[in-house]
Amino acid sequence: VQADGTDGNCVTFVLHDEDHTLGNSLRYMVMKNPDVEFCGYCITHPSESKINFRIQTRGTLPAVEPFRKGLTNLMGVCQHVLNTFEVRLSLKRSGA
Amino acid sequence: QAFRVDIIREEEGTLEFDMVGIDAAIANAFRRILLAEVPTMAVEKVFVYNNTSIVQDEILAHRLGLIPIRADPRLFEYRNQGDEEGTEIDTLQFQLKIKCSRNPQAAKESSDPNELYFNHKVYSKHMTWVPLGNQTDLFPDADFRPVHDDILIALLRPGQEIDVLMHCVKGIGKDHAKFSPVATASYRLLPDITLLQPIEDEAAELLQKCFSPGVIEIQNIKGRKVARVANARLDTFSREVFRHESLKNLVRLARVRNHYIFSVESTGILPPDVLVSEAIKILMGKCQRFLNELDSVPME
Repeated sequence: VQADGTDGNCVTFVLHDEDHTLGNSLRYMVMKNPDVEFCGYCITHPSESKINFRIQTRGTLPAVEPFRKGLTNLMGVCQHVLNTFEVRLSLKRSGA
Repeated sequence: QAFRVDIIREEEGTLEFDMVGIDAAIANAFRRILLAEVPTMAVEKVFVYNNTSIVQDEILAHRLGLIPIRADPRLFEYRNQGDEEGTEIDTLQFQLKIKCSRNPQAAKESSDPNELYFNHKVYSKHMTWVPLGNQTDLFPDADFRPVHDDILIALLRPGQEIDVLMHCVKGIGKDHAKFSPVATASYRLLPDITLLQPIEDEAAELLQKCFSPGVIEIQNIKGRKVARVANARLDTFSREVFRHESLKNLVRLARVRNHYIFSVESTGILPPDVLVSEAIKILMGKCQRFLNELDSVPME
């Protein structure tokens, strides 16, 4: 984790062993948060499997907050998708 | 969230389903995980005891690695780094021992290899499972074998034999493509065809020919033939309609932004619906990993 500046608003997280799969979906989740002023990720070098994930919040909110919330929301979305998928699958199987 | 999943079609190894109300980033994440991060078991190490066939050792080992093995990867663990031997919880052992011999009863002038020789074609059905340690107790009814029995591995002639022992481990597609559980996993967006003006008679016939069959339907309203968009889903978006001057400005081709049509084809190791569930769970697992790290590592 590298912090920029004196306040905790603007933080760059270095995530190891990750690529666009998590990076893009996490960025999408964090962008939905109205407190976030800037959110982006980049892959420093394609040979190394790590991403730089940067969050900047407006106001005084520490940047770790939207990161945590984004991760939790992404988990919620996945759970919802899984449940819906399984329900539909069992409906289709029992109806056929 | 106004989100729904519709299962359209489920066949032997293929699953086609729709996801509506999801975003491109998440749909792509699922596709990437299906291709590269759902684990499977595949042959990793081949111990060659005797190989007098024409096929070189390394080529034979490469071919054996690509054979899909019917073994549920959730029952096994990953092998530890640097562990050469392999334990019973992370390794499956297979043996391939076959020798080609001449058939003494063959007719004198026959040139058909099927008649002349025994065992001259080595198929994947000749691979047998050799239980390690207590695997017979752990998996009493399991039958570990390749998914398809008729994969041709090598060709032999009399006097040649192959005697190898294979270790299968659990891995992911990111490491080597042989571990990928899907033949292919793809998605496309639902096409959205709008007719800006009513199109009639010959123009309607021409319009129907421009699109894939079944997309445009011609109805008879008050004696005139009128075209109507019947099933936009079947369209393959060939944009043929824009080549015709008369129809160019009357049709608008677009895509529905959040309606994804997924198509998942499994290699047979796991059924495709299980693969999709596993992929979703893996994405959740990744998030959980970072949440745990956030909580455990103190932030400066």
